[in-house]
Amino acid sequence: MKTVIAEHLVKTYRDGEVKALDDLSLDVEEGTVLSVLGPNGAGKTTTVRILATLLKPDSGNASVAGIDVIKHPDKVRELIGLSGQYAAVDETLTGWDNLVMFGRLYHLGKAASIKRAEDLLERFSLTESARRPIKTYSGGMRRRLDLAASLIVQPKVLFLDEPTTGLDPRGRQEMWGVIEELVKGGVTLLLTTQYLEEADQLADEIAVIDHGKVIARGTSDALKSQVGGERLEVIVDAAHIAPTTAIIEKISGQKANLDEALRKISAPVSTGSLALMDVLRALDEAKIHPLDIALKRPSLDDVFMSLTGHVAEEEVKA
Amino acid sequence: MKNAITDALIITKRQLLQLARVPEVLIFSTIQPVMFVLLFRFVFGGSISTGQPGGYVQLLMPGIFVQTVAFTLAATASGLAEDMKKGLIDRFRSLPIARSALVVGRTLGDSLLNILVLVVMAAAGFAVGWRPTASVLSVFSAFVFLLLFGYALSWTGIYAGLAVKDARTVQNVSFLITFPMTFLSNAFAPTTGMPKALQYVAEWNPVSTMVAACRQLFGLENQFGATANSFPSQHPLTTSIFYMVLIMVIFVPLSVRKYKNSSN
Repeated sequence: MKTVIAEHLVKTYRDGEVKALDDLSLDVEEGTVLSVLGPNGAGKTTTVRILATLLKPDSGNASVAGIDVIKHPDKVRELIGLSGQYAAVDETLTGWDNLVMFGRLYHLGKAASIKRAEDLLERFSLTESARRPIKTYSGGMRRRLDLAASLIVQPKVLFLDEPTTGLDPRGRQEMWGVIEELVKGGVTLLLTTQYLEEADQLADEIAVIDHGKVIARGTSDALKSQVGGERLEVIVDAAHIAPTTAIIEKISGQKANLDEALRKISAPVSTGSLALMDVLRALDEAKIHPLDIALKRPSLDDVFMSLTGHVAEEEVKA
Repeated sequence: MKNAITDALIITKRQLLQLARVPEVLIFSTIQPVMFVLLFRFVFGGSISTGQPGGYVQLLMPGIFVQTVAFTLAATASGLAEDMKKGLIDRFRSLPIARSALVVGRTLGDSLLNILVLVVMAAAGFAVGWRPTASVLSVFSAFVFLLLFGYALSWTGIYAGLAVKDARTVQNVSFLITFPMTFLSNAFAPTTGMPKALQYVAEWNPVSTMVAACRQLFGLENQFGATANSFPSQHPLTTSIFYMVLIMVIFVPLSVRKYKNSSN
C-alpha cells in the first residue's frame, strides 16, 4: 500500500515567477523510506510542506494514509510528524518543557505528556540535558530534540526535511543512528537530503529531483547501475600517461578518460577485480609504477551529477 | 471549541515558562516603566505646573500606564517574528491544534504580563505620591480598560510580527510608531502647550483618549485645548472603547488570515 502519494503537484511563488514544483509526482510504500534527493532550490522543502499540510499546491493531489491533505488537513495532522530544516523548538525553554508542551498540544493530558517526554528524552540520550534550555544544546542535540518532538504521538508517517544539514560529521552519524532505529520500528519515512551519502545510507528508494520534477527514481543500486558499472582509476607520473592509457584501454575495451590536472586515467570495466589485476600486471611489465590505483563503484554523486548535469564533463561519461 | 481554548492556554503557559526561564526579560520589562515613573516624577515633575492637587504625578501615572501597555506590542511582534524565523510556527501549524491557538494564546500571555507590569508600576507610583481619589471600583475599572487596550493593541503586534518576520526590524518599526504616538498625546504634558494644529492630532490620538479616560476613572479633571468640545474630549471612555473595537475588527481577521497563509 502506498502511504504517501503526491500526484502532479505544481507550486509557483511570486505570481508564477518562480516555479518551485513542476508536475512532481512521487509515492512511498508503507513502512519504507523514500529519500528525496536534490540540490538547494530543487523543490524538496516545498514538497514536504505540501504533504505536511503547511502549504497548498496550485494544482495536483496529495494524500497521506489515504487521507487527502488538501481537503482534510486536520485529519492528516494527527497522523504525521514533521521535523524541518531548522530545529523548530522553543530555544528559551528546556528540552523537557518543549516536549511536555508539544504533548499537551497533541492533547495527551498532563501525566501522559510528562511520561512521553521522559521516554523520548531517554530514547534520544537527552535525559541529562533535559532541564537545560535548548540554546545551550549542540546542533546535534537540537536536531534530536526536534525529532523527538515530531514523534510524540508515534506518527504513521514521518517527514524529515534535511535532518542533518548543518551538522558536523559526528552529529550526522548520531542522527543516522536515531533514524535507522525509527525505521526498524516500522514508520513510513520521507526524508529529503542534499547528501547523496545520506540517501544511500538510509533510504530504500531514492527520488532524485531537480527544478521541481522527479528526474529519476529507484533503489540506490538501480540508480548506480543506470550510470554504469565499476570504473578503474589509475594515477601515474606525467611521463607514463600515454603508455598507461593504452594499457587501460586495451583491458577495458573502451576509451579511457584523462584528467590531466590529477594525471588520473579512468575507464569503465566489467570484470571488476580481475581487470584490476590485469592492469597491475601489464603496468608492472611495462615498468610503470602507479601512484594510485583503485576500482570504484559509481557513487550517488556520479548518479546525481550525470542526471542533473551539474558537473564537469569528464565525470559524467561512464 | 473546548480544545481551542485549552490549546491557546498551553501557548500562554509557554510564554509564562519563557519568562520563568529567562527572568531578565521580566525584570527589564518592569524596570523600564518604573524608571519612566521616577524620571518624569522627579526630573520634569518640578517644572510642569499643573495646578493639580497632589501634583504632576497624579496626571503622569495614567499617561505612563497607557504608554507601557502600548509599548508591549513591540514585544508581541518581535516574539512572533522570532517564532516564524525559527520555524516554530511551522511546527505549530503541523500539529492537530486550533489554528487560532497560537495567536490567541500569545495575546492572552501579553495581557498577563501587562497585569504584572501594571501592578509593579502602580506600586512604584504609590511610593512617589500617586493617590487616585476615585472609588476602588472606578480605579479597578481603569485597570481593566488598560488591559483591554493592551489586548487590542497586541493584535496589531501579532499582525506586524507575522508580516515583517524579522524580530529586530519589527521591534524597531513598532517602536518608531508607538514612541511618537505616546508622546504626541496628553500623556506627559498638557496638549494646551502644543501648536494649535498639533493639538487636534494629539487629542484625537487613541493614546490621549485612553489617558483621559483613565484620569477620569482615577478621579481627575482633564485639560483640553483645541478640541475641548469635541466628542473624544467629552467622552474619552466611549471613544477609547470605540478605538479598541476598531483595532480588533481590523487586526484580528487580518492576523488570523496572515497566520493561516503564513507560508503561502
